[in-house]
This record gives sequence, structure tokens and C-alpha cells, in this order.
Amino acid sequence: MSTPTTVVSAGADLFADAVAAQAVAVTRVDWRPPMTGTEADLATVAADPLRHEANQRALAAMLGTTAHLVDVAPASEVLGLEPGQFLHAGPPITWDRASGPLRGALMGGAALEGLVADPEDAVRLFERGTDVSLDPCHHHRAVGPMAGVVTPSMWMFVLEDLATGARTHCSLNEGLGKVLRYGAYGPEVLTRLRWMREVLGPLLQGAVRTTVDLSGPVDVTGILTQMLQMGDEAHNRNRAGTLMLLRDLAPALVTSGADAGDVAEVLRFVGGNDHFFLNLAMPACKLALDAARGTEGSTMVVAMSRNGTDFGVQVAGTGDEWFTGPAQLADGLFLGDYGPDDANPDIGDSAITETAGIGGFAMATAPAIVRLVGGSVPDALATTRRMHEITLGENPRWSVPVLEFQGVPSGIDVTRVCRTGILPQINTGMAGKVAGVGQVGAGLVTPPAEIFPKALARLAELTRARG
Amino acid sequence: MTDLTHVELRAGAYADSVTLLQVSRTVQGVDGVAAAQVAMATALNLDVLTQMGFAVPAEAGTNDMVVAVRVTDQEALDRALAAVDQALRDASRRDTGPSELAPPRTTGAALRHATDGLALVSVPGASALVEAMDALDAGRDVMIFSDNVPLDQEIALKRTATARGLLVMGPDCGTAVVGGLGLGFANTVAPGPVGLVAASGTGCQQLLALLDHAGVGVTSALGVGGRDLSSDVRGLSTREAMRRLDADPAVELVVVVSKPPAEAVAAEIQEYAATLDTPVELALLGAGRPDLTAAAEAVLRRLGHAVPSWPASGEAAPATRGTALRGLFVGGTLCDEAMLIATEALGPVHSNIPLSPGLELDADLAAPAGGPGHTFVDFGDDALTAGRAHPMIDPTLRLDHLARVAADERTAVVLLDVVLGHGSEPDPAALLAPAVSAVTAAGVPVVVAVVGTDADPQGLDRQVRALVAAGAEVHLSNARAAHRALELLPSTGKAR
Repeated sequence: MSTPTTVVSAGADLFADAVAAQAVAVTRVDWRPPMTGTEADLATVAADPLRHEANQRALAAMLGTTAHLVDVAPASEVLGLEPGQFLHAGPPITWDRASGPLRGALMGGAALEGLVADPEDAVRLFERGTDVSLDPCHHHRAVGPMAGVVTPSMWMFVLEDLATGARTHCSLNEGLGKVLRYGAYGPEVLTRLRWMREVLGPLLQGAVRTTVDLSGPVDVTGILTQMLQMGDEAHNRNRAGTLMLLRDLAPALVTSGADAGDVAEVLRFVGGNDHFFLNLAMPACKLALDAARGTEGSTMVVAMSRNGTDFGVQVAGTGDEWFTGPAQLADGLFLGDYGPDDANPDIGDSAITETAGIGGFAMATAPAIVRLVGGSVPDALATTRRMHEITLGENPRWSVPVLEFQGVPSGIDVTRVCRTGILPQINTGMAGKVAGVGQVGAGLVTPPAEIFPKALARLAELTRARG
Repeated sequence: MTDLTHVELRAGAYADSVTLLQVSRTVQGVDGVAAAQVAMATALNLDVLTQMGFAVPAEAGTNDMVVAVRVTDQEALDRALAAVDQALRDASRRDTGPSELAPPRTTGAALRHATDGLALVSVPGASALVEAMDALDAGRDVMIFSDNVPLDQEIALKRTATARGLLVMGPDCGTAVVGGLGLGFANTVAPGPVGLVAASGTGCQQLLALLDHAGVGVTSALGVGGRDLSSDVRGLSTREAMRRLDADPAVELVVVVSKPPAEAVAAEIQEYAATLDTPVELALLGAGRPDLTAAAEAVLRRLGHAVPSWPASGEAAPATRGTALRGLFVGGTLCDEAMLIATEALGPVHSNIPLSPGLELDADLAAPAGGPGHTFVDFGDDALTAGRAHPMIDPTLRLDHLARVAADERTAVVLLDVVLGHGSEPDPAALLAPAVSAVTAAGVPVVVAVVGTDADPQGLDRQVRALVAAGAEVHLSNARAAHRALELLPSTGKAR
């Protein structure tokens, strides 16, 4: 047998030293014990004959999916939502456990749908619970930022993987400050939502449909590719993506024959809202991750999501089961006079971006926002590199110029998280914990560590059952 | 004067056992420190700490680091704790490049950047499968040095490797030479016509040392794990290793060396050997089978080489007291081989790795009351290495036991092994020779098998001279050493 050119050594440095002393290159693994109590489950899952191939399939399914914007339409049409049905971000939750911002958003949503005249009246409606129902967006091929509340009359982006016809959905972004998704429900919030329903939605629908007819659907995955090279990480910074979307839709908007004032207002609203594209990035990520959902034996995370009370993950090899723990408070910067005491625990489906390898995982590509989310440029580089330790592969489509165009870390592996103790890094906004307040800051957060050993234990159980 | 004892738990801190051994030694050398032990709180280490007189808090778990020191005064304690922190810092990762480039945290992550080569895994046994599976997933061979790898996990790894045409070396066999590169405990040998497959680490090293002395080189020595030829593992790695060596044009003779194998598996391997183009010599230990030295001689004859006389230095005088033979080994196969030889002459001997059931030593390793008191201890056995470095690196347990054996009036002769090569202690004789002197001074002859080559980092000649100077008789052949120890026993009265 030929002499090895390199040796990867995990364990005692002494043996790595001995290899180096024989003039053979050594890569040393900075090994540490895994999360407490996970050794046996890790071994069981690692030895699962399905795992390796299942993970490769899950990763390939995710990386092979592309998302195109094919339509904009009300949730009642595309999701079949009926009056009284409310979708929300995160794993399932009931009104009695709902946090302030989720309650605020539900109250505003009830007023928007005309179920109550005053949002404050909605409290009794939800407490009674007989005429309303709550369900996660994720259970309806949808994702919602922050509180993620979706009601039947809200307009939704419709994204499709043209190869398979699979679709995902997300509401239209309202902008920053006092907005429904951060739990605000004052008159100006409802006024804006009504304008979105009556002007923005229909105009976008016309523009998207015209664009589809003339030049084909807007390639959302392609815009993500470009915006990552332009300083957006597509979670907390979407400026380039928003403007590229506007570039694609503007001709059809202008020639739509709609009132010129309305067209101008739509262009001003979208162009002035740096987060508008987030609501396309999120369903694009969900579309890719849903392609990996239900891959037996795979340890890849397909959703990370929070409802303001619980943080939940779903894994490709464990079906639609949620593994949950308490949502954490983000560490970051606050708007105005707000401080840590004002912030609600982590909330929103937007961690779907990190699950797909962008957002916090692509921090290195977005030096312009590291300060906003409480970090430094070296931290940003280190964060992206660290996320490669817990992922199955890289996305060749989404690359990071400053890291020599290395693809973003993709496909969070439950076993690698348990082995290294490295938790996924999420960029996030912070909602005020009192219903009605709105956004109070932005920062960095991680999932509660215990959900990964929980998911691992279930994977091990399924592995043993297959025997 | 030594009246201040300090025991401290550091929850969640971790360092590997070799690092902690070095830390402990550094702290032991600090002025005013009477005793120091820094170790992970495994059951074995807690025993050691208790024996040293330290009271460890009951809540200590295996992921906790224990810092235990006995010092003369408060100032010495401050110095000792500062030395612990400094030594831990010094021992932690060396600079691997630009500061933002953190080293990989898993074998899988490391292999992403290495385009070829293999993986060497020496993490604690409970985590070895996961790291080794990373290598197999990346399509690489892997050498598992780790002890205490559960049997079912070994089988799972080897089945996966077999299905993918990959080789798992180890576990529970800490030696491999791959294309001349030594991994784990490996002797430095010249390349040559022999390819070894070893289900035995020190058995492999004994053959390497003897063949090297006879001037015959070895191309590769593939350690396949001490359990590979058991009826559970059924030679999964042995077959793959034989296939690799058969395909290697540099190999003229394949030699399979093993601890006592399962008979049915040995037969299967013999059948498999017959299907290969390269001739195969089987050196499988067992009652009534040739010892390793005889196996080396058979290899030499088969290659048409002269069999040299195996070197011996010093001469021990016959025992002057006691009746019992005490073998204290760091090499499991060397212990097995010596026990087989001793059992033939003396009848059943007690051991922590007994040749037959019913002869097990208790956890304190003391000779049972009554009876002749012949005992053999393998300090490299899994039960004595959980959370501790192997005795070829950390001599503490054997030195401690050697002192107890010397103080026991029943001890007539002491038989030891010293194994050299990469990975082993840099100067084993330095610590062993003073202890040997104390034993020989008490009128107890000491016979030592020193397994090594002239090119080994420790220097074979230097090690032998130091032990001879301490009064020991030293052999290169472990079998010869065992026979000599028997000759020195008063009760057997075997003539030379």
C-alpha cells in the first residue's frame, strides 16, 4: 500500500505529532466531547445504513430545487383559508401560551378580516376559541416572518419549482417599525394592510402575471445568487434583492394601465422597504427544504422556526414532527430607548433562511449589516466558517466572494450539532414583548440547545426500529 | 509538612488523557507540590484519586475535569493551580494559521479539505464510531486507536467498510504501518517483502522488532483489531487487509498474526488465504501453537533468511525468596504469549485477561490468598484505560503495582515488557529503571522483554542499557524472556 500523503487525526495530539515526525502532513481535529448524554444515540444514528445516502439525497434535493415567482393571490384562493382561520409562525401554539407580538398580530388580523371592529375586542374571540383556529404556516406550504400571521384576505407570493410544480407561499412585506408582524395593530397598521390588500396585491398580481407571459416567471433563486454577491445575506439585509425584483417587475407595473399614482405608490413602497424581498427569500428556502422533507434516515434539518414562545425544528428523517424548546432572547442592538427588558423571545419562520444556508450562515457575505446585528467583520467570517462544521455540504449556487467564493454552508446536520455543540447562528429582528409595540431591535440568536439531542433521540429510535 | 489538600471539579472542561498526563507531571514538578493529579472524572480515575487520598465530590461526572493537589502551604497551592492553568493553556491547540481559521471540529469537516489520505481516530471509545464513520463516508480508510469501542459498533463499522471496499484498522490494536508510515504505536522498520495483518498490536510490534533484527523489512503492517478474528467480527478487516496486501506488488509474503482466534474463523481465514496469489503465513497464538518468536523464525525460513540468535543482555540471578511469578505487561498479546508459556510450566495463572474463566483477578489486581500466587496483569486492557492514557504512554498504574508486587514476600520473579516506537513514552526506561533497581535490590530477579528497533525514537540500545544497569535481564524476544523467568523460579527448578 502506498504511503498516505495526509492524515486527519482526531484525538490525542501525541499520535498526530508522531505522524508529523515522519514527515507526513497532519490535519488535527479540535475534538471535544459531544453534548451530554448523546454518545449512544450518535453512534446508533451514525451506524444507520440509510443515513449517509439519505443525507446525500436530502442535500441534493434541497440544492437541486429552484424557486420562481409565478403569481400573487389572496390566501383564501391559494391556501384555501376560510374566515376565522389564522396561520402563524413557528411550531403549533394555543392562544393561552401565545406571546405578546403573536397576540398583537392575531388581534390586528382579526380586525383586518372584520371579525371584530376593534382589535382589542379580539382578545375575547381568541380566548373563546370557538370561531377561530390557529395553525402553523409551515403546515400550509407557507412561511411567515416574525409573528407570521396570515389571514384569508392577505395577498401571498406564490413560488414554484418549475421542474416539479411544487409551490410555497408567503405574505407581502409591510415594511419596518409599527407593523403587524412585530405585533403592532394600531390604526396605521390596519390602514397599511388595507392598502396592501386593495392596491399593492392586485397591482403585483397583474405585474407578475404579465411578466410571466412576456418573459417567464421571476427567478427568485437567481436573484438570491446575485444578492449574496452584492452584500445581502437575505435575512436581515435584502436591499439588493428588493431592487432586483423591482427591476424585473417595474416595466409590467408601469404598462399595466393602473392609476399612475397607485403605480408610483407601489414603486415607492417596495423600493423604500429594504426587507421586501425577504418574503420571497423565505418561501424560496422553504421550497428547497420541503423537497428534502420525509427522507427516511436523513439527519438534515428541514425547518427551524419560532412562535415567540417555543423554538422548533423539523428533520428530514422524522416527518412533520416538531422538536421544541423555549425560544431564546436575541443578543443585539435596540432601537431608540428600547432595551433587553422590552424584547420578546425569538419569533418567526424567517430562520428558514439559515436552515437553507443564508442569513446568519452567510454572514460573511454581508459586512454592511454585521454592526446592525451586533457583530464585527471578523466575527461574520468566523460565523460562516463555523457553520460549515455543522452542515452536510455547500451550495455551489450561493457563494461568498470574500471566502474565495466558497458555497454557503448548507444542510444542518443534527448529528454534527450534537457532536460539536455548535448551534446554528440566526440573524433576527426583535419584537416588543407587549402586544402592539412593534419592532424593538435586531440581533443574533441561537436555538435552545436541547432540541437537537431530542431530535437525535428520535432519529436513533427510528434507526433501532428499522433494526 | 504536606497538610493542604485541594480538590476541584471543572464541569464541562475537557482535555485528552495524554494531555492531562502531561499536565499532571508538570504540576507534580512544582515546588511545594507533594502530589498532583489532573484527570477526567472517569470511574477508573476516581479510583486512582481515592487511592492517592483525595476525596472527590460525588457529583463528579465523566465530562468533568478533576484537579487534585496536595501541597505544603497556601503559596504552593497558588503556584500549583497557576501551573495547572498554564499547562492546560500550553497543551491546548497550537496555532494552525490565520486566527480566524478555526481548526475543524469533526473528522468529516477535516476530510473535506484533505483530498486523500486516511483518518486516525484516538478519541474516547464511546465517540470513536462517529469519527470513524466520517472517514468511511468520505471514502477513506481509518485507523481506530481508541480503546473501549463497543463490539456491536466495531461490527457496524467493519460491515460498512467492507461494503465500500474500505479498511478499518483497529480498534483494540494500537499499531499500524501503512506504506511505511507508522500510526498509533508503531516501530520504525525498513521497507521489505513482508506484509503483516495483525489482530494484535504488541504481537505485531514483536514481529516487526524480530524481523528487523533479522534484517527483513516490512512494507505494511495493518492492525485490524484484537477482536477481528473473534466469532463476532469474523475477520471482516483481516480479509480486506489480506486483499490489499495481496494486491501490493512489494509484498512477497503475507503474515497474519493474532491473539488466540475463534477456531472456525481461523479456518475461514486459512481458506481465504488459499485463494490469494501471495503466500500467507498464519501466526495465530493459542495453546499448543507456536509463539511469536517461533512464528518470526518460520517467516524467515520461508523467505530463505537465516534465523539469528535473539539478543539478550544482562543476566539475572535465580530468585532468593518467594515462589510466585508476576507478569506486569503493557502489551496485551505479549501478556497472552507469556501466560501461555507460563501456564504450560506452572499450571493455571491468575490474570485480568485470564486464558480461561475462573482465573480473573479482582479489581485491585492482588494475587488471591492461598495458591501459588502467579499473576499476570495487562495494563493495556480496556478496563484499565477508560479515561486514561495507555500504559505505553502513562506508566503510573504499572509503576504503582510494581511497588506493591515487590513488597509482597510471595513474589519470586518479575516479568515485564517495554514497548518502543512512535507514540510510546519518549524514555520508558527512565521511570522504570529506578523501580527495577528497587526490586532487584530486594533479591527479586527482573526479566524484561524490550520490543523495539534500532531506529525507534527511544533508541533500543539506550533503553536496554538503562534496564541492565538497574539489574534486569533484557531480551528482544518476549517468549525467551518468559522462558528465562520460569528458569529463575525456585519451585519449578528448570535447569538452563
